[in-house]
Amino acid sequence: MTEATLPKLTKKDFESNQEVRWCPGCGDYSILAQMQKTLPELGIPREKIVFISGIGCSSRFPYYMETYGMHSIHGRAPTVATGLKLANPELSVWVITGDGDGLSIGGNHLIHILRRNMDVNIVLFNNQIYGLTKGQYSPTSRLGHKTKSSPLGTIDQPLNPLSVALAAEATFVARSIDVETRHLSEVLLRAAQHRGTSFVEVFQNCNIFNDGAWRHLTDPEQKKQNLLRLEHGKPLVFGPDNSKGIRLNGLTPEVVELGNGVSESDLLVHDESRPDASAAYLLTRMTYPAYPVPIGVFRCLETLTYEDALTGQLKQALQERGVGDLDKLFRSADLWTVSESNGKS
Amino acid sequence: MIETKPQELAFEELDSVIIRFSGDSGDGMQLTGTQFTNTSAVLGNDISTFPDFPAEIRAPAGTLAGVSGFQVNLANSDVFTPGDAPNVLVAMNPAALAANLADLEPGGILILNTDAFQAKNLKKAHFEGNPLEDGTLSKYNVISVPISTLNKAALADLTELSNKEVERTKNFFALGLTYFMYDRPLDTTLQWISHKFKNPVIAEANTRALKAGWNYGDTTEAFQHRYRIRPAQLPPGTYRKVTGNEALSLGLVTAARLAGKPLFLIGAAFGGAMAATASSGPGLELKMEAINLALVLELPMVIIDVQRGGPSTGLPTKTEQSDLLMAYFGRNGESPIPILAPCTPSDCFTMALEAFRLAVRSMTPVFVLSDGYLGNSSEPWKIPEASSLPRIVVKHPTEREGFQPYRREEETLARPWAIPGTPGLEHRIGGLGKAPLTGNVSYKPEDHLKMVTDRAEKVARLADAIEDQPVFGPSSGDLLVVGWGSTFGAIRTAVQQAQAAGLSVASTHIRYLNPFPHNLEGVLRSYKKILVPEMNMGQLAFLLRGRFGLDIISYPKVLGRPFTIGEIRTRIHEILAQGRKP
Ligand code: SF4
Repeated sequence: MTEATLPKLTKKDFESNQEVRWCPGCGDYSILAQMQKTLPELGIPREKIVFISGIGCSSRFPYYMETYGMHSIHGRAPTVATGLKLANPELSVWVITGDGDGLSIGGNHLIHILRRNMDVNIVLFNNQIYGLTKGQYSPTSRLGHKTKSSPLGTIDQPLNPLSVALAAEATFVARSIDVETRHLSEVLLRAAQHRGTSFVEVFQNCNIFNDGAWRHLTDPEQKKQNLLRLEHGKPLVFGPDNSKGIRLNGLTPEVVELGNGVSESDLLVHDESRPDASAAYLLTRMTYPAYPVPIGVFRCLETLTYEDALTGQLKQALQERGVGDLDKLFRSADLWTVSESNGKS
Repeated sequence: MIETKPQELAFEELDSVIIRFSGDSGDGMQLTGTQFTNTSAVLGNDISTFPDFPAEIRAPAGTLAGVSGFQVNLANSDVFTPGDAPNVLVAMNPAALAANLADLEPGGILILNTDAFQAKNLKKAHFEGNPLEDGTLSKYNVISVPISTLNKAALADLTELSNKEVERTKNFFALGLTYFMYDRPLDTTLQWISHKFKNPVIAEANTRALKAGWNYGDTTEAFQHRYRIRPAQLPPGTYRKVTGNEALSLGLVTAARLAGKPLFLIGAAFGGAMAATASSGPGLELKMEAINLALVLELPMVIIDVQRGGPSTGLPTKTEQSDLLMAYFGRNGESPIPILAPCTPSDCFTMALEAFRLAVRSMTPVFVLSDGYLGNSSEPWKIPEASSLPRIVVKHPTEREGFQPYRREEETLARPWAIPGTPGLEHRIGGLGKAPLTGNVSYKPEDHLKMVTDRAEKVARLADAIEDQPVFGPSSGDLLVVGWGSTFGAIRTAVQQAQAAGLSVASTHIRYLNPFPHNLEGVLRSYKKILVPEMNMGQLAFLLRGRFGLDIISYPKVLGRPFTIGEIRTRIHEILAQGRKP
């Protein structure tokens, strides 16, 4: 049977036989389900898909996927993914990480995979807490957050994962929310289709150690005021009946009510394909409560991937210098020959 | 070409000579030494070299901290080390003289660039007076040459060059002069110059400097003798010079080629590539977490540690063998790992191939312990035919029937190397405790015990796949000198000399440090005493005591420099003298 005649895979095909061990009610379940639902859409055979993770609650993800997978070490999933992708560029490689794993110990590795633009998809589960170690503040915990390791409130300025990604030259940057299942599935699909590093932040609820961290975006009433869905080519509108919008005042975005002389044509229009990342960056700086929080694709730009650049270099080197020859390599130095008779010729 | 007038100066035949070139880091001494070595190698001498340079790329000019040296031992017979005390010292400035004079043998030849001996430089080198004048050097055969002045004169009509550019070629003057003294042809270096310098004026300047040095030797009466060292009787074949670092790199590339695989980073091992990484010092500590992951994932790869003085950043350019116990034990949990140690620069090639062979055979990361001395020193290497090298057989399963990621092969206990992309063999591996066969996460006591013992047994069984421990000298006797890694040359030569003096002594060099060869214990127990010289505080001695319960005499050295032959020979004599009745 050839690949072309294979029956379309289903969600079930991507469920491994391992018992899922996240806390009941954890947002991770939803992300897992959306991933399993989305992968069949890609038409990629299971054996070509690899999930690589670091350490943390989210990093148990690969065990639950019926694909190839590796649960590696803290923060280093991007490094392993880089090696794997170079060894076999045909694979569809996913990195699963969290706000602790990806931005604390793994911050360095994350920015380097992004700037290289490896064709790898990174999903960062952001729950603003270390869950697996039972509730210490993480690099995204909001300022003043009281946790087990910050009894008087954190004094660390939190990182904004999408701002970091853009500063690291990411070519695909998006955000979704664990409970926005349809949206999440769409974003994952877009991420998979992008050639280059895709970076997706998923707001995820840790109902045990940081319950309600995203309530302003998940509570049906609150989210009407606070959630802004980005759509390419469309003006930035939000609020009940899309009654509000975002207008640029100089370099500063401002919230405006539509009507009373303000129309959609005054609003900022979203363009995810701008080569310059400044507009996308501006959107990532819109945070609660001063602004509505955007979800969707912030940036999507096709440029040369690392593996294509490397393959190109190798091809050119092969063309110019020919296939490597061990005997020639060994002899690429000053040589001398010792013969049987005189010991030296 | 230069016209030589050999009839005017008598040639003295030498069996060997040890020359040390030394100067400021910016003086090009490494280059000078390398050129002298290449020329001598092509001439057929056996050679062994040792560069010694500071960690700072350009420490302040003229200071002791900035002194860079390169020692070469060339001979008409086998040499195993760069030699203990130089017979000839070339010192380009007072700091170089101050840093190296103590090593020069009494009566040795001292070639000095007198232009550099001004008050300012003398002060930087902490000389009270001027050693050229105050009798400090009376023990030596001093050849004073105003190298900078003479060189400047030789390049006078190359007006395009700045003073600095002219000054920078003075090392070639010194090189030309030593070529004259030791009757070396100029062509190897002339060819190198024409390849290296694209700018024709710079190429001309270096060529002139080289020839001017030679001519100076030829026309002045500073020398009573010229010297000749006949070619060594090496086994027939085509040779090149290799350093340990070069040989390791060649070995890695070759291993990948022989396996028909690309050579890649550690993460690539999961994808089926030949993975290797090289590091030293704290870089190794940093990688240890990933190495332990590879160990528990049971993926093959090669980790090269070019050891240097530590702890922490330590002595970045100075040699030491102090990572042996780190390689053995420096990971969390029960984490045995195979460890190999090449013993000469050309052995680095062999052991790189060995490391891959064993890694693939047992599905495990393998350590290769080199060191700064081995990595940077060089010797002739008889070039192998690529087609004669053994293939490295790599198997990736494709059969679904009965596949389990941790089902072990009966003989080797290796797990299958199933790679992503293979239909039907999808599986997950990770750093958590796992169940045998499936590799699924498991914290069960009996599963943990089984995995720990299987991994240990897997490494232990590599002893079936390596050669027996060879011995140099009698198979039993009063003393066995046991070494590992780069101490080979000094130990072998010292033992040879002690044997010639009639002592009952043998040596053995352990290249397979984990697992040890099956016969090692028997070898060790065949001698009354065991001496272990190593460039650390006694790490192999510690292992041998613990492993075999033997009484070991440790001979530690941590001076950032290799052992000399004399040090080991003296220790052998001391130990055997103690055993004798007065
Ligand atoms: S601790 Fe929090 S993040 Fe971790 S599994 Fe439980 S709910 Fe989910």
